[in-house]
Amino acid sequence: MSRYDQATLERHGLSPEEYGRICEMLGREPNLTELGMFSVMWSEHCSYKSSRVHLRTLPTGGPQVLQGPGENAGAIDIGDGLAAVFKIESHNHPSFIEPYQGAATGVGGIIRDIFTMGARPVALLNSLRFGPLTAPLARRIMEGVVAGIGGYGNSIGIPTVGGEIAFEPTYAGNPLVNVFCLGIARHEEIVKGIATGVGNPVYYVGAKTGRDGIHGATMASAEFDDKSAEKRPAVQVGDPFMEKLLLEACLEVMKSDALVGIQDMGAAGLTCSTSEMGSRGSAGIDIDVSRVPQRETGMTPYEIMLSESQERMLLVAKRGREAEVERIFEKWDLHAERIGEVTDDGLLRVRDHGTVVAEIPDRALTDEAPVYHRPMERPRYLDEVQTLDPSALPAGPAPGEVLLALLGSPAIASKQWVYRQYDHLVRADTLVLPGMGAGVIRVKGTSRALAMSVDGNGRYGYLDPYQGAVLAVAEAARNVACAGARPLGATNCLNFGNPERPAIMWQFARAVEGIGAACRALDVPITGGNVSLYNETDGQAIYPTPVIGVVGVLAQADRVLGRAFRAGGDAIVLLGEGRGEIGGSEYLKTVHGLVRGLPPALDLGRERALQDLLVALAADRLVQSAHDCSDGGLAVAVAECAFGTSLGAEIAVPEVALPGAAPALACAAALFGESASRVVLSVAPASVSAVLARAAAAGVPSRVIGRTGGDRLRMAVGAETILDVALAEAERVWQTALDACFARRVA
Amino acid sequence: MRARVFVTLKPSVFDPQGKTIQDALHTLGYAGVHDVRQGKYFELDLAAGSADAARALAAEVADKLLANPVIESYRIEVE
Repeated sequence: MSRYDQATLERHGLSPEEYGRICEMLGREPNLTELGMFSVMWSEHCSYKSSRVHLRTLPTGGPQVLQGPGENAGAIDIGDGLAAVFKIESHNHPSFIEPYQGAATGVGGIIRDIFTMGARPVALLNSLRFGPLTAPLARRIMEGVVAGIGGYGNSIGIPTVGGEIAFEPTYAGNPLVNVFCLGIARHEEIVKGIATGVGNPVYYVGAKTGRDGIHGATMASAEFDDKSAEKRPAVQVGDPFMEKLLLEACLEVMKSDALVGIQDMGAAGLTCSTSEMGSRGSAGIDIDVSRVPQRETGMTPYEIMLSESQERMLLVAKRGREAEVERIFEKWDLHAERIGEVTDDGLLRVRDHGTVVAEIPDRALTDEAPVYHRPMERPRYLDEVQTLDPSALPAGPAPGEVLLALLGSPAIASKQWVYRQYDHLVRADTLVLPGMGAGVIRVKGTSRALAMSVDGNGRYGYLDPYQGAVLAVAEAARNVACAGARPLGATNCLNFGNPERPAIMWQFARAVEGIGAACRALDVPITGGNVSLYNETDGQAIYPTPVIGVVGVLAQADRVLGRAFRAGGDAIVLLGEGRGEIGGSEYLKTVHGLVRGLPPALDLGRERALQDLLVALAADRLVQSAHDCSDGGLAVAVAECAFGTSLGAEIAVPEVALPGAAPALACAAALFGESASRVVLSVAPASVSAVLARAAAAGVPSRVIGRTGGDRLRMAVGAETILDVALAEAERVWQTALDACFARRVA
Repeated sequence: MRARVFVTLKPSVFDPQGKTIQDALHTLGYAGVHDVRQGKYFELDLAAGSADAARALAAEVADKLLANPVIESYRIEVE
């Protein structure tokens, strides 16, 4: 008979089978502290127990990869002996409970992951998803999240250089907050989260430990229901100024060579950092919780080991170098507290005033955590939603009205309301401002620049998880290539529902297959990331939403391309072909109120050729601007290129075949369909023939579709001009739509 | 009726602002100040017939707007 009843195990998120395994591994029943430690480390959030078997299939290697998955963050070689260290992570559940602090601590967490690797963080991106802004709750969550990201990122002095935001009813009760951070290090400066060397001291640095966020990791692995409002645990509150001190102090300690390894305390706090560092180094760690600086009185070992207080680091120093390490932290007004030492017995031993209160092999908490091959089943809804009969759709409003409706939809409208709350210029390296495609920063001391983009599309994922994932990888890499940068590596944040449901697990597995296929074809290995499961409210799962971050390098920073037109009279060239695909499109949703059909097709070979071509064209200065076609299709892409330039555009595109559809609908499909692998270029007249020749040689379809200039957006399908709106009017709609959602409502 | 509402962070919630004030006091030499927790203070002028009614109204607005129930708690005084 177990010493814990069913309810206690359930509260710890452990199944009876898992409890049995714990007893087997320990050779006895765990005490309550040990039970708590197993509970957080075996949670989905920390153990990846449902996702691991699938994630193993992802491509993670390549000559450019310096560090693949398994460390605090991945790293790729960007030349000149430098590495880009980056990762994306979710903070979905905390951001729903307390939007400001949830998002802020998400930013703090990902920044720690980057500087823990020895890199100086230089750029942030974020990918956000909310419910429709017509609901007050969605507005409140979005206001809090955006303020939280700005509050933390601006205070610590790291620019937020870009991102994406989407709105769907599926995220109303479960917003997605995925934050990406990138840092730069010299190759030899990269540090790992490893504990080795018997007798080496283990230090605790940073904020004191309180009772905040206890069982945050298990919370992140549980669905929300109405009662979660009451169960809300104390939320973590971040302190960016403390983190800034930690950042500078840690980077200085790393330069001193007195350091063996370092890891931040995120989910599962002290338990996670001690057991992971020990297990990576095949060592043990012996700590005494009474030496852990505490913010509150009367904390138990259970609470100290599980606390998720922010801005804390665990580090292992070389024996004999203690004074040096302590002096550096003192200099930054921080206190490094020696809480234990490295042992050789592979055990995580926790003491309280000398008495052993927990003793667990660290591999039992980490590598030997359960791994599940969960059952999978193709969801039944797919057959229904994948059918789309164009002949049953009404012709819809005139194309001019459609364009304005799309430009005014929050998904496409200018996100200036959001990014003007972010400092995107601090550090003075930002080359491309937010809202203009990929974020681009200079690499100080070199001629290089880095471009980065985060992308995903929940609707595509819902309609076909595999294809949705392929399209997400392709779009992120394409955005990087549009800036003129060669995509080199990727990180993924996989947001899904409850993996214990076979339908969800199937979505997950298919999406991972799609990511793998696309990353292989485009040569952007996955170097790390994060999985967020149980994104459900009242049994309703979110759309399967893989979000992909891609990083690329420009050898010459001055060759960077933006999306905006540069001069009147330039040729507008379309790379790729429109096939009038409207399945899952913003057009179908905004105009017809439907989320159906199949997402656009994508040929990975052609996509690769397109991206290679873009990089080459930029390097040879043959194009003036480049912008990919995504939400809203070609018409929206051309309009976006014109915004901010006072240059209108006139284009004509060929008709597309849409069997059975009304002619007006076929025209709309040509303009607003979202066929993939398409990029709008503006090219100076003298370079047009060279660009077309290079495209032909690369096997990329290309044609001149029009010309920049004038003060109108004029678009023809076939011979007939069907859209003619004033640029100023279109830009006003696009510019003000999001502001209007948040305008103070005066009674 | 007048009500005073004191809003403070819940005991387990970290208070970076209070911590900063505490550090500043230590820098000024006030080593005797062991801990600082800061909060917000509201004075409400209420149309209410009784102290109980005033308290109930103050509690309602505190729940709805003045305090963030996820991380803050509050105390009400009525006169």
